[in-house]
Amino acid sequence: MFVYADNAATTSVSKTALEAMLPYLTQNYGNPSSLYSFGQKAQEALQQARETVARCLNADPREIYFTSGGSEADNQAIVSAARLGARKGKKHLISTKFEHHAVLHTLKKLEKEGFEVTLLDVHEDGVVRLEDLKAAIREDTALVTVMFANNEIGTVQPIAEIGALCREKKIPFHCDAVQAAGHMPIDVKAMNIDMLAISGHKFHAPKGVGALYARKGMVLTNIIEGGAQERGKRAGTENVAGIVAMAAALEESCAHMEENTAKIIPMRDKLFAELAKIPHSKINGSLEKHVPGTVNMCFEGIEGESLLLMLDDAGICASSGSACTSGSLDPSHVLLAIGLPHEVAHGSLRLSIGEYNTMEEIDHIIETVPKVVAYLRAMSPVWDELQKGQRQHLI
Amino acid sequence: MALYSEKVMDHFRNPRNVGQIDDADGIGEVGNAKCGDIMRMYLKIDENQVITDVKFNTFGCGSAIATSSMATELIKGKTVKEALELSNKAVVEALDGLPVHKLHCSVLAEQAVRAAVKDYYDKNGIAYDPADFREMDEEELHEHVGH
Repeated sequence: MFVYADNAATTSVSKTALEAMLPYLTQNYGNPSSLYSFGQKAQEALQQARETVARCLNADPREIYFTSGGSEADNQAIVSAARLGARKGKKHLISTKFEHHAVLHTLKKLEKEGFEVTLLDVHEDGVVRLEDLKAAIREDTALVTVMFANNEIGTVQPIAEIGALCREKKIPFHCDAVQAAGHMPIDVKAMNIDMLAISGHKFHAPKGVGALYARKGMVLTNIIEGGAQERGKRAGTENVAGIVAMAAALEESCAHMEENTAKIIPMRDKLFAELAKIPHSKINGSLEKHVPGTVNMCFEGIEGESLLLMLDDAGICASSGSACTSGSLDPSHVLLAIGLPHEVAHGSLRLSIGEYNTMEEIDHIIETVPKVVAYLRAMSPVWDELQKGQRQHLI
Repeated sequence: MALYSEKVMDHFRNPRNVGQIDDADGIGEVGNAKCGDIMRMYLKIDENQVITDVKFNTFGCGSAIATSSMATELIKGKTVKEALELSNKAVVEALDGLPVHKLHCSVLAEQAVRAAVKDYYDKNGIAYDPADFREMDEEELHEHVGH
């Protein structure tokens, strides 16, 4: 049985998105910047897509800028707010310890340019505290950037509260909503969000397309220079087919959000309930406010990459925050940010399911994971020491 | 191309000599759980200093398990002296290569064998030069393989 349980990494393109995009590859392939009517057809498709995306986020179409994906949107939002702030002498940026690297690495770059960065604690439950943010805000704070939902552990942040606080303090608020868009309701107006990044391939559009919402009045700094596309803020001939597909996928995901969630939650809860029966396992992140499909757990005494390889042999696609899968010496910064010791974080497993998964697939995972964990533990010197009491259990 | 060679995957899927030896003549353990890999090697050595049996336990990634398995195969039936000559390169070659960021696993396997031999020497009062058995810490290990 093949089970794709890595929907937080990427998703399959939906039939709706595929059918929407195909005509713009072979028939209406004109350049939207061309004057003739053939090109204008593509321009109209872009405009419609912009309206659709705007509607899904409760934004104005003129506030939507299409990008190559979530990373580019995050980069542009953060750099824009930093440049804007610097002009007023404000060079302090606030974010959290467990943001995506598209945010963290951009902040690092700005830090080297002389900006000061405060990363908020996300506590054991993986949720930012409003009091921590209040305490971190300064006179010279130029930006607050907090993700909507964490990509590894799925915890949802108090975005509306953060938005209200930032609006009150007149600080631009950017939100990386890559994991939430299409899966949870987003209302940029009600939530007082000034900038927001989304990525098409996380909600059944193709890879390589995303969008940045920037509230009217937010002055954007160009990341890519060139032509006058996207109101002069993002050069390069538009990925028309991809943009059309993204709009179709987002519209579909938002229209079916409730039924998708109702389908996913029982599968996710079964995974949590059954896998938590494995001795010395731990669920990572609070389940109170959580994206529907993400399950993140640690199993003591084993290492994540070998777990993934064995699951792959059983047809299951999953991911892990172990150092070996990250290609660095340290395990995932997200798992360390919620206070997990290194040795426990190495044994993490993320399963992210979507509406295309079935209960039979969930049962296959539930049947396979305990066997693989037991097998790897049987050859683990760490588990041996834990069993013999020569090492203290950490979970 | 897949992350690992067929050979690596074979040794990962069907690791040779997994287990423990209760009356081992030498036991070596290297690495640490914090860094995500620990290898423990058990040696049974006869009066002619021939390794008659070898078993391993490993906590780590696919290549950590595969290099441990391959190292046990390469030293089984060899003399202790021959086992000390086992290099990480030989382990890597026998596995048809490893990704660059996984080369440190092969060094760990080499070190696990050396640590087990040292333990055998210590237990049997056999003299050796301690400089030959210096254990590398994780940082050094990664530098050693140019990670």
